[in-house]
Amino acid sequence: MDNFTPISALVGGSLIGLGTLLLLVTLGRIAGISGIASQALFQRDGRSWRLAFVAGLLLGPLLVGLAISDFSFSTPDLNSRTLIAGLLVGLGTAWGSGCTSGHGICGIGRFSPRSIAATMMFMATGVVVASFF
Amino acid sequence: MQLFFALLSGLLISAGIAVSKMIDPQKVLGFLDLTGNWDPSLALVMAAALVVYTIGYKLSLKKGAPLLSTGFALPSKQQLDRSLLIGAAIFGVGWGLAGYCPGPAIAALPAAGSGTAGFVAMMIIGWFIAGKVPLKK
Repeated sequence: MDNFTPISALVGGSLIGLGTLLLLVTLGRIAGISGIASQALFQRDGRSWRLAFVAGLLLGPLLVGLAISDFSFSTPDLNSRTLIAGLLVGLGTAWGSGCTSGHGICGIGRFSPRSIAATMMFMATGVVVASFF
Repeated sequence: MQLFFALLSGLLISAGIAVSKMIDPQKVLGFLDLTGNWDPSLALVMAAALVVYTIGYKLSLKKGAPLLSTGFALPSKQQLDRSLLIGAAIFGVGWGLAGYCPGPAIAALPAAGSGTAGFVAMMIIGWFIAGKVPLKK
């Protein structure tokens, strides 16, 4: 466990909590990233606040990069595994009505039985695939 | 004002994704892959976010209405159904293959290369297809 980074995990996780909470307190909305991003693209109704939210998503790491000098992260290669993964994440989050933010944080935070079940399900298949494939 | 706070919300979330290193798919796979050098960081990220959100959710519901809107738009559905569970299972398979869920993939987009762009493009195609072909409940 020498790669465990508890401090940055707690600080970053708290920021994620504050950001999701801010959308609830101000707009009264669930900060589900898959739902907001897909509806920003494919639904005319309520598009402007969703586009603003996605713009914020694109800006955050750029600001962190300016603030922290040695900020870097790996990115995947463009190959069939990455492309299939993207397709499955798109299909699955749309059919399953949410992703890590909407179900895993907002949904569990509201003690929603659907979100608790969905999170257990995607954690389970995620662990099996990452461990054995 | 709505637009400003929506942008600020997205910005805080993706800043958190960056600070917690969840923007790095190898970091996420370090948690999901139990066979290697296991990294519990992701669990701590979710725990911290959940503590903040759960307390704030309880307090904000007591206030009755959000600051910039007439009411809370919260999902009311309670029952599990086929589409939810199959969808979540498929999402998990994609997550485990690449280490990306939607937030980190979108957050990484401006600074990343063709792999991230390809992932996001396919994710958008997936949203489009699922919108046209709903799963039976």
